[in-house]
Amino acid sequence: MRRVIRIAAAATATTCLAFTATACGQSFAEANRAKHAGVGLAFDIGGRDDHSFNEAAARGTEDAQKKLGVKVKMLTAKNGETEADREQRLSSFAEAGYNPVIGVGFAYSQSVQNVAKDFPATTFGVVDAVPQGKNVDAMVFAEHEGSYLAGVAAALKSKTHNVGFIGGVNNALIQKFQAGFEQGVRDTDPKTKVVSQYLYPNNDKGFNDPAAAKAKAAGMIDSGIDVIYTAAGQSGAGSIEEISKHKGVWAIGVDSDQYRQPGLAQYKDHILTSVVKNVDVAVFDLIKSYEAHKPLTGIHAYDLKHQGVSLATSGGFIKDIEPQIDAARKKIIEGKVKVKETP
Amino acid sequence: MSTSTTTPAKNPAVDAIARSATRDKVILAIAAPVLAIVAAIVISSLVFLASGENPFRAYGIMADYGHYSDSQVWIINKAVPYYLSALAVAIGFRMNLFNIGVDGQYRLAAFAAAAVGGAIALPGAIQIILLIVIAMLVGALWSGIAGLLKTTRGVSEVITTIMLNAIAASIIGYFLQDGRLAIKDGNLLHTKFLPESSHFFSFPTHPKPVYGFVVIAVLAGALYWFGINRTRFGFDLRAVGASESAAEASGVSVKRMVVSSMLLSGAAAGLVGMPTLLGESFQYGTDFPAGIGFTGIAIALLGRNHPVGMAFGALLWAFLDRTGSRLEFEGYAQEIVGVIQGVIVLCVVIAYEIVRRYGLRLQQRKVGEELAALSTADKSDNKPEVSA
Repeated sequence: MRRVIRIAAAATATTCLAFTATACGQSFAEANRAKHAGVGLAFDIGGRDDHSFNEAAARGTEDAQKKLGVKVKMLTAKNGETEADREQRLSSFAEAGYNPVIGVGFAYSQSVQNVAKDFPATTFGVVDAVPQGKNVDAMVFAEHEGSYLAGVAAALKSKTHNVGFIGGVNNALIQKFQAGFEQGVRDTDPKTKVVSQYLYPNNDKGFNDPAAAKAKAAGMIDSGIDVIYTAAGQSGAGSIEEISKHKGVWAIGVDSDQYRQPGLAQYKDHILTSVVKNVDVAVFDLIKSYEAHKPLTGIHAYDLKHQGVSLATSGGFIKDIEPQIDAARKKIIEGKVKVKETP
Repeated sequence: MSTSTTTPAKNPAVDAIARSATRDKVILAIAAPVLAIVAAIVISSLVFLASGENPFRAYGIMADYGHYSDSQVWIINKAVPYYLSALAVAIGFRMNLFNIGVDGQYRLAAFAAAAVGGAIALPGAIQIILLIVIAMLVGALWSGIAGLLKTTRGVSEVITTIMLNAIAASIIGYFLQDGRLAIKDGNLLHTKFLPESSHFFSFPTHPKPVYGFVVIAVLAGALYWFGINRTRFGFDLRAVGASESAAEASGVSVKRMVVSSMLLSGAAAGLVGMPTLLGESFQYGTDFPAGIGFTGIAIALLGRNHPVGMAFGALLWAFLDRTGSRLEFEGYAQEIVGVIQGVIVLCVVIAYEIVRRYGLRLQQRKVGEELAALSTADKSDNKPEVSA
């Protein structure tokens, strides 16, 4: 009797496998041909309210909602995702007729490239990466130019002539922040020393480890550094918290205007400025171009000139050095200063 | 097996007991999974209701989305590594070894195979076989450390395998850097691409292909079944799992069994990353899937360490992964599928335990009744019942 059951179980399993393996049915896309449904926005881990660039991207779509009257749908990545999960998310949007479909963050680079091939009629956008494809808009930002201005501010504000840079993960993206910052400091005051350190060599945990950033900042302050620029996503909050405990030490924020963030309100008197990445502008541009039936494709660099990056002035702490910063901005825009992308 | 000795002078009463016991066993064997499924559906429905959603609409969406061909291909491809991971965990489970290190083992194994595969280019089949062997060896080596530490120093494998996970991640982190074993590709770092010759075959299904590695997974499952149930080694393994001291007393070297089953578990773990490496990514990068080792623990529990049960478990898990994302698309909370997966594992574990205990009690009562009937017929004794 037991044997019979076992054989029956094995047989059912095999038939199930065989049935699914032949995959004789229709695919979802074939069964559901959809019309234009709106804009699809796929976030990286952290979701809509990460106080950082997911939030900025969401702001861009909300602008489009108000000004262009498009519908928007947002989905968020889970922890421990694989390429297959990301591709499914993007395909779901495209199958349901969402257009354009935007992946926020470099994690979507490969998946956008793969899915864009399957949906040639859909326009795909990706932030911070340059995947290939005829129907792909790669939105990259001149973080190095914004960081250059932060370097200028840091050099002018430092009393000890020692400034620091903390990066979350030592990858190409964060190196742009480091390179720009270092160059900005050097060009403004050659005597000022810059110490640049990373939380992790290549683990994305570096963007979500405030405790590590806190310890790094404490070490820097002990060695006499009095302006610290942290480019480490969520980890940045840890470094800002540590800095707020020390009088006369400034923090420089990243991605969004961190002075205005409710979560960091109690430390805001220590936030000198922030290097703001206007992801919302880029996202809005793409949606607008699509609505005008001329969807953007190819690589689009959002630099200082096109207001893709900027230095926040909230709090008024850099009001006294505004002339110098404006001068530096002008030089970059006019091309007199070329900011390097690698340190 | 036990009926091989000839039973003279059949006792009809004993025969009746045996017959009804077989019948109960069958009913109970069916009762456990049915109970688990019903309980899981009821609890999941309550979760949906508590979050203010209609559970039946949700099940409808899941069933509908799951039946499309692209979903089925996706589910099979996702289930293959899950199944291999569950096999690796189950080998340990069968002798009470808790190998939590499958995660580190398969990642290190896949990384080593990718590094070697990117550096050499042998003709097709040889290269693929070489890479699989390397992966299995590295996986076995890594879990073998835990086995050795357990037998020589008495360190619990739970602790060592967890630690080895962290060490594996650090080793990969060290070598996966520009100028060492990795090349930079935008913001990602990955090993060199494998040559075309090491791409594993795939079934040309519609619209996407199914990993050819599904064949290896089925073979591994069959091998697992044969090894555990039909060999001396498997018998020793189960004996040690049932009672270490009894196995030792009957001449099984428990230490040898611990090391060899850890090695086997690690070798199976080495296969987990192969479908992805040889069938999809063709390199090991910072975005290589992690965490399948832990999913494997849940699936081994779900499938009760049975090769067919785990296949169902892996497919179910992949089905929930696939259709869960669809639920999010339809406006349900993203976390709800994680809750359902957890509920299913708990329901299965609890249902089997409840049925086991009930079956035990039933059996005791039945045997007691029959014996009492026999003894009253004999009118030998009528001692008062002793309460435990």
